[in-house]
Amino acid sequence: MRKHTRAALLCVAAALTLTACAAGKGGGASSDAAAAPGKDDKLTLTVWSNYSDREYEEVTKALKTFNKKFPNIEIKHEGSQDDDKITAGIRSGNTPDVALSFTTDNIGQFCSSGAFQPLKAYIDRDKVDLNQLTPAVQQYTEYKGNRCAMPMLTDVYAMYYNKDLLSTAGVTTPPKTLDELYDAAVKATKKAPNGDIEVAGYLPTMGFYANRPTILAPTFGAEWEKDGKSALASSPGFTEMMTFQKKLVDFYGYDALERFRAGLGQEYSADHAFHQGKIAIMVDGEYRTAFLKAQAPQIKFGTAPFPTWKPADYGTAFTTGTIMGIPKGAKNPGAAWELIKHLTFDTDTIVGLSNAIKNVPSTKAAMESPQLEVDEQFKTFIDLAKSDKLKGNPVTPIGDAHIKAVTDFSVSYQSGKVPDLAAGLKEVDKNIDDQIAKSGK
Amino acid sequence: MTATLGARPAPGKGRARARHRLAVLGFMAPALIGFVLFFGYPLVATVIFSFTKYDLINPPEFNGLANYEFMFKDPLLTKAIANTLWFVVVLTIARTVFALGVASVIARLKSGVGLIRTLCYLPSLAPPVAATLVFFMVLRPNGGPVDSVLGWFGVDSPLWFSDPAWAKPGITAIMLWISGDLMIIILAAILDVPQEQYEAAELDGAGPIRRWWHVTLPTISPVLLFGIVNSVILALQLFTQAVVAGSAGSGAADATGSTKYLGFPDNSTLTFPVYLYTQGFRYFDMGYAAAMATVLFVISFAVTIVLVQRMRKNSTAEEGGPGA
Repeated sequence: MRKHTRAALLCVAAALTLTACAAGKGGGASSDAAAAPGKDDKLTLTVWSNYSDREYEEVTKALKTFNKKFPNIEIKHEGSQDDDKITAGIRSGNTPDVALSFTTDNIGQFCSSGAFQPLKAYIDRDKVDLNQLTPAVQQYTEYKGNRCAMPMLTDVYAMYYNKDLLSTAGVTTPPKTLDELYDAAVKATKKAPNGDIEVAGYLPTMGFYANRPTILAPTFGAEWEKDGKSALASSPGFTEMMTFQKKLVDFYGYDALERFRAGLGQEYSADHAFHQGKIAIMVDGEYRTAFLKAQAPQIKFGTAPFPTWKPADYGTAFTTGTIMGIPKGAKNPGAAWELIKHLTFDTDTIVGLSNAIKNVPSTKAAMESPQLEVDEQFKTFIDLAKSDKLKGNPVTPIGDAHIKAVTDFSVSYQSGKVPDLAAGLKEVDKNIDDQIAKSGK
Repeated sequence: MTATLGARPAPGKGRARARHRLAVLGFMAPALIGFVLFFGYPLVATVIFSFTKYDLINPPEFNGLANYEFMFKDPLLTKAIANTLWFVVVLTIARTVFALGVASVIARLKSGVGLIRTLCYLPSLAPPVAATLVFFMVLRPNGGPVDSVLGWFGVDSPLWFSDPAWAKPGITAIMLWISGDLMIIILAAILDVPQEQYEAAELDGAGPIRRWWHVTLPTISPVLLFGIVNSVILALQLFTQAVVAGSAGSGAADATGSTKYLGFPDNSTLTFPVYLYTQGFRYFDMGYAAAMATVLFVISFAVTIVLVQRMRKNSTAEEGGPGA
């Protein structure tokens, strides 16, 4: 028995040692700026992104433009690398020099944990003018004053409307207020004799397609946090957002709406309901213009800022985008910074990439470039991106747990399961605060 | 006995005994190393991490029982546990009964056995993501094949992966469709039942149902118990089908992995392992995820012990017979 106890203790001790070693791995992060590569330094920069197919090719082309400045640096671009792989790479020491993340949901974790190295020293050394970026874009690329990422293009969200469906319904101008949106949605809705929805004027189901709380919050003036605490219950905008959507859900009838929604195509497929003419108005990012032109050229659509709760807020929009950082343990941080700087601020590169994958440029200069291809529909997004009303993604150290909490609650509220909206929102606030407190960041 | 273990050295011959032990250890080494590296170490490490705050990037910091305490105020964890318990009960019963039923029917077939056995087994080879997406398309309301067939009879199909009440039954249906592996094991056990027992029962006047109930079932009960243990573990670890069904149901199948869609609809597909993964790899709280994994391990271990003990008790009773 004593032998067994000794053996077990030995195993636990060995595991403890191994665990401590494994958990501490990951290379170093420095707050000093690494030197830029010399003109004769031969090196290879590894870039990880989550792009695939056509977009991967276009981003690779944009990366190659760096060789005009540094012909001695070879760039190795690896696509289909999501945030999980980036984190695993940092842990295992197999770290790229530059990591591109598709979502800004994780910026809080990347900056606070040191997964992405602080960029302040580089910015100060090179006297980079961050005001070339809009305040919203600056906001979603840092956490609590620690800038650990830079933007590579942005997504801006606005209203899409089907011109034929609205015109048939007698709606001559796109709605600007919530009352107008409600009226247009009701008029454009078509129901079968048995009550089934054939066309929905506007699909209010929270979490479906881009109808998400983060995207809609700015147009309702909804605030996510106040004094470091979740502030959903005390923000009138959130209450308004929930009640407006619920009013529309009640118009359709929750069961009928769910039956209609359940039969719609996937968000990034050609079966998307807007492509099929099954919804008349929706909120979505600028990239949808390219999808529509490629996959549903028969749909005549227009774009406009999403209607707002308060008329003075009209022209407000949500923005997020791809972010770039130098992961902890990167082998060539100095060269990595040069590449990030190039992709963030080189106007020709940004414009070329924006034209190719139809995202909004992330610098003011690129948005003004005559080379930028701007048609009638895309112009809405460029105008919104230039506006000082643009709002970025709420940044927390808990990934998108706060967004999931709000989305889950909204769906429950819409289905009629929540009798007291205010009390429910307070409960969500508490849940989010508890999770942030647990993270200790 | 002595003959088979004749190589054992006599007591007192220390060096020979040590050599014997080394030889035994040497032969066992590959299995032992694998066990320690891939089971023992991760298990101990998980328990250690469960007492820490660990974001995957920085070294873990000891935080006592904080992770375990948080479990009591985490509303999603309660849902995840309830969902997993639902699968443990319903999926275990449904999968075992379904596999037993199919195997029993195939065992009685006179012709085309090979083809039908192959057809029933094939779905279990399908990749889980593809199988789930196929089911999603087949069960899709408003135009899916099942919806169309039900429509001919004037019946509205359930919303399956869009309805919290039907999402878990939908996933259970997928799991039944891919339960061919268990079916094959049970079929082998049924075919292994001695023919004389059936003949004796028939002479005693037992019909097909009584023969199945009094001969087949008791004889294959150890295999059925294996099927139950296997299904319980499968239900406790249900992950891929839940993630894909949730993403597809939410209209974001092409954005699978985004945490916002996990558990859709209304967290009815948020199983314990899905939530564990979310906490560890999406919310960067590996300490909490490790605490959840420890709890899952303890529960799985306890359930398995209870089932195995029950199996032993049953087989002892059978061996002892009525007079024992």
